Amino acid sequence: MENNKNLIEIKDLSIHYIVEGEGTVRAVEDMNLEIGKGETLGLVGETGAGKTTTALGIMQLVPNPPGKIVNGEIYFEGENLITKSPAELRKIRGNKISMIFQDPMTSLNPVMTVGEQIAEVVKLHQKVNAAQAIERAKEMLEKVGIPADRHKEYPHQFSGGMRQRVVIAIALACNPTLLIADEPTTALDVTIQAQVLDLMKHLKDEFNTSMLLITHDLGVVAEVCDKVAIMYAGNVIEYTDKKRLYTEPRHPYTIGLFGSIPNAEEDEERLNPIKGLMPDPTNIPSGCPFHPRCPKAMDVCSERKPKNTEIEPGHFVKCLLFEENVK
Amino acid sequence: MQERLLEVRNLKKYFSTKKGLLHAVDDVNFFINKGETLGLVGESGCGKSTTGRVVLRLLEATGGEIIFEDKDILQFSKDEMREMRKEMQIVFQDPFASLNPRMSVSEIIAEPLRVNKIYKDKIDMSKRVAELMDTVGLAERLVNTYPHELDGGRRQRIGIARALALKPKFIVQDEPVSALDVSIQAQILNLMDDLQKEFSLTYLFISHDLSVVKHVSDRIAVMYLGKIVELSDYKSMFKEPKHPYTQALLSAIPVPSIEVKRERIILEGDVPSPINPPEGCRFYGRCRYRQPICNEKTPELEDIGNDRFVACHFTNNLKEATV
Repeated sequence: MENNKNLIEIKDLSIHYIVEGEGTVRAVEDMNLEIGKGETLGLVGETGAGKTTTALGIMQLVPNPPGKIVNGEIYFEGENLITKSPAELRKIRGNKISMIFQDPMTSLNPVMTVGEQIAEVVKLHQKVNAAQAIERAKEMLEKVGIPADRHKEYPHQFSGGMRQRVVIAIALACNPTLLIADEPTTALDVTIQAQVLDLMKHLKDEFNTSMLLITHDLGVVAEVCDKVAIMYAGNVIEYTDKKRLYTEPRHPYTIGLFGSIPNAEEDEERLNPIKGLMPDPTNIPSGCPFHPRCPKAMDVCSERKPKNTEIEPGHFVKCLLFEENVK
Repeated sequence: MQERLLEVRNLKKYFSTKKGLLHAVDDVNFFINKGETLGLVGESGCGKSTTGRVVLRLLEATGGEIIFEDKDILQFSKDEMREMRKEMQIVFQDPFASLNPRMSVSEIIAEPLRVNKIYKDKIDMSKRVAELMDTVGLAERLVNTYPHELDGGRRQRIGIARALALKPKFIVQDEPVSALDVSIQAQILNLMDDLQKEFSLTYLFISHDLSVVKHVSDRIAVMYLGKIVELSDYKSMFKEPKHPYTQALLSAIPVPSIEVKRERIILEGDVPSPINPPEGCRFYGRCRYRQPICNEKTPELEDIGNDRFVACHFTNNLKEATV
């Protein structure tokens, strides 16, 4: 990661949800990540790992209450987003940072034509008149592979893959420097997923957009990302470049994830799943949150919280196995 | 010689809609041997779930034959079919929607036993429920809990225990792990593998996830718009897919490895409508090897040797077809 200039830097970020009567959910704990210009970071984890909360944190859209950013800083182009006013944030959201949600069926307005929906962001952030905005919308539709003359149609007239393209067109309409994509292809069929991933790669190259790609699919990550962060119960437990993560995964959870997925290229007789279940978010195990499921757990793992250890330059692991002075 | 448990011949299921006749399952043929898993893959709307349901007569077929242990179950009366269902069970995709929220775990698992009046004695029945819970790895203490208290993986175990209750020979697995996280998905896949060996079960495994299907299946059938386009053992299919659609589908799987670099075939456009499909190959509009004949004549699923079946006019001849 020899990026001299990081577009976004997350430092010691913690986001908690305080649920009355049920306790505190530590959705994100001590997170440290950075994304360079034009770089794609994959954020991987299972349900409830804190992936989407991280994205909402960057967008400053964590529902408050019950959610609260209790600690940390998020530097975007050198400025801390957490100290920004709502008016300043509105100028950034949809303009410099934009987001694609998982479900293209629910993230589009059913009673507005797709052209108007793309034009809406353009009008909001750029000094253009209505006609120019529609022109820009048509241009964006062509970019994502939809004929421009369909701009007067409504979302229900498009298929799932096409709707996700419209969502991508909206997100890219203002040339954002950072695109956050939350499971952008999970709801799509595999051949359509391939189309959309291909499109995203092209657009990323064309506009040099940085991307945070949230997914549970290690196959998709291998396809599009430069770096990967694996999350478990609110913690980034392993963080490194893609090559190292796929060739030398070190955290027992990461290794467990690779053992759990059937690989279309290999002929495994049996899977090696991780034993047990995801912990209850209001009752995270003491010490390392993964220790009850960890095949390499030691006595100390239930007592001590692992620190973020840089085991080799650019390879971070949160696990006591790699800490010094631990026996 | 392997023994056939189930054979489906010229199976059709049409739905009438306002716009016309929807060909959900159109002239489908396959068989499943005893103790084997046949994977049925395809994208949304290709008719794979409908096929699973028609095979169990949860939906009535429009035409064709379903031969289960040498008898055509489409000819069965309601009573005969009820008896037959003990042998044929299903596990559904969504463990959140397929369990009655007002029944406890033990009631859900006992329901098929109760409905079929298997046990006269209540104690015998709870013994059997406890045994089933143990078989699928549900802790005894969960016996009086309700589905909403449990996570997806445990709920899917309940669905499996319910399907096993009547000691069936054949189970349709309709996307049984799609709603689960990967670490839980692996646990359930291993469980189903163990159960298959222990009770010599035969599975029809329906899924859109090709990596999962390859892992569980002995043979795989690929469906596209109501038709099987290719059927073969999993090894040959992944090594050398024959149908252009299978080729594109396999090339589109994101592989969790950075060493494997494959040439991706990006298909153009979307799946066309299954309503009143025209004569000709259903894949015609998206196929990069298409020829005039493909738009005129529907290709049949033909035996190309080594128990491989392909429905394409240009099998083994695709290169020449590209002009």
